[in-house]
Amino acid sequence: MAGDAVKLLGAWPSPVVMRARIALNLKSVGYEFVEENLGNKSQLLLQSNPVHKKIPVLIHGDKPVCESLIIVQYIDEVWSSGPGILPSDPYDLATARFWAAYIDDKWFPSLTGIAKAQDDGAKKAAIEQVSEGLALLEDAFRKCSKGKTFFGGDRVGYLDIAFGCFLGWLRVTEKMNGVELISRSKTPQLAQWAERFCADPAVKDVMPETDKLAEFAKVLFAKFKNPPSQ
Amino acid sequence: MAETLTLLDYWPSMFGMRCRIALREKDIKFEYQEQDLWSKSPLLLEMNPIYKKIPVLIHNGKPICESLIIVEYIDETWKGKAPLLPSDPYERAQARFWADYVDKKIYEGGRNVWSTTGEDQGEAKKEYIERLKVLEGVLGDKPFFGGDSFGFTDIALIPYYSWFYSYEICANFSIEAECPKLISWAKRCMEKESVSESLPDPEKIYMLLLELKKKAGK
Repeated sequence: MAGDAVKLLGAWPSPVVMRARIALNLKSVGYEFVEENLGNKSQLLLQSNPVHKKIPVLIHGDKPVCESLIIVQYIDEVWSSGPGILPSDPYDLATARFWAAYIDDKWFPSLTGIAKAQDDGAKKAAIEQVSEGLALLEDAFRKCSKGKTFFGGDRVGYLDIAFGCFLGWLRVTEKMNGVELISRSKTPQLAQWAERFCADPAVKDVMPETDKLAEFAKVLFAKFKNPPSQ
Repeated sequence: MAETLTLLDYWPSMFGMRCRIALREKDIKFEYQEQDLWSKSPLLLEMNPIYKKIPVLIHNGKPICESLIIVEYIDETWKGKAPLLPSDPYERAQARFWADYVDKKIYEGGRNVWSTTGEDQGEAKKEYIERLKVLEGVLGDKPFFGGDSFGFTDIALIPYYSWFYSYEICANFSIEAECPKLISWAKRCMEKESVSESLPDPEKIYMLLLELKKKAGK
């Protein structure tokens, strides 16, 4: 079963797609990456994820797995002989899942809130919210890493993947708004972790370059400010 | 050290019910602590400072938050009895996917049904039934979402059964008429003690809903 062909439907700017790619890289699993055009979704995508019609979708053999964090867990469980991604202790695992959910439900939406802010006051408030979240995550890092390099300890793990995938977009947001969100002065642990994460062999080839992402972002954010009439 | 297990909960909460069911499936003794959500206890605020919400499971002084995370924690910590997730990775991914679907589509869908009126409510009803029908399709002819055994997706969804009565009265429709297979499944789940002991009387939930609506001036 682990030997069946692996296909990943995704798009290069998508942080959640990166989660699946990092996990596959950590396990040294070869896969075919299918770049989707989100303005014109492929039949394969619509068939493989009829419920949400979203990327990423992992197709293993002929079986689709959807939702990025579910995909990461699936990868860890199928290729179980490779380096472990999820913490083995149930309490550490529950903690990692909690923060991954917080990042998806609260933190990342607050980051996109900066781009969506319609005026300077709203933007300032949005930036404040993101910074508050980062302070919580700095604290979470201290507790989860237990003095080691990553949230997961010595190696990139579940929470590193869940959070680290957003670093590209975080850098773009910093650049476009002239702010420092993760910095050595405000979030020293996260600043060090971010550098190490982005340099990790499983990450560096799939993390988009900030400039390329910034160009893409400009087009995307223009749509936020002038939403096309439905 | 003696093991301590406390569940901070609120009796009509679907999320709390999931945790109660999981603990009872595993035959684990726990202390249930009813919380007043309008006057939150120092313990709740200390154990869940980020969201200040129930349920919170406190195991030997350490808090676990978020209902599905709690259910997986229970499954992983007490492995000996009643596995809640299947062993096959693909089946596990499916179980998690559909539990996530319940979180994304069923909670909000239900709230829209009881909290809206007129045309909006008509739309909300239609949408809600469509979503329930998706789940009915996934269930198919299996006795439970997990197949032959009651499991993760069943636990995620069954608490909503205690709220169906309220939705039906508020919006004047019958969920059983639209989704008979789903209701058969729900009644099958209710035959399990872990479920029947964990779900409140639907009439009590309806009385509470009327009270909450009155407070909100609706």
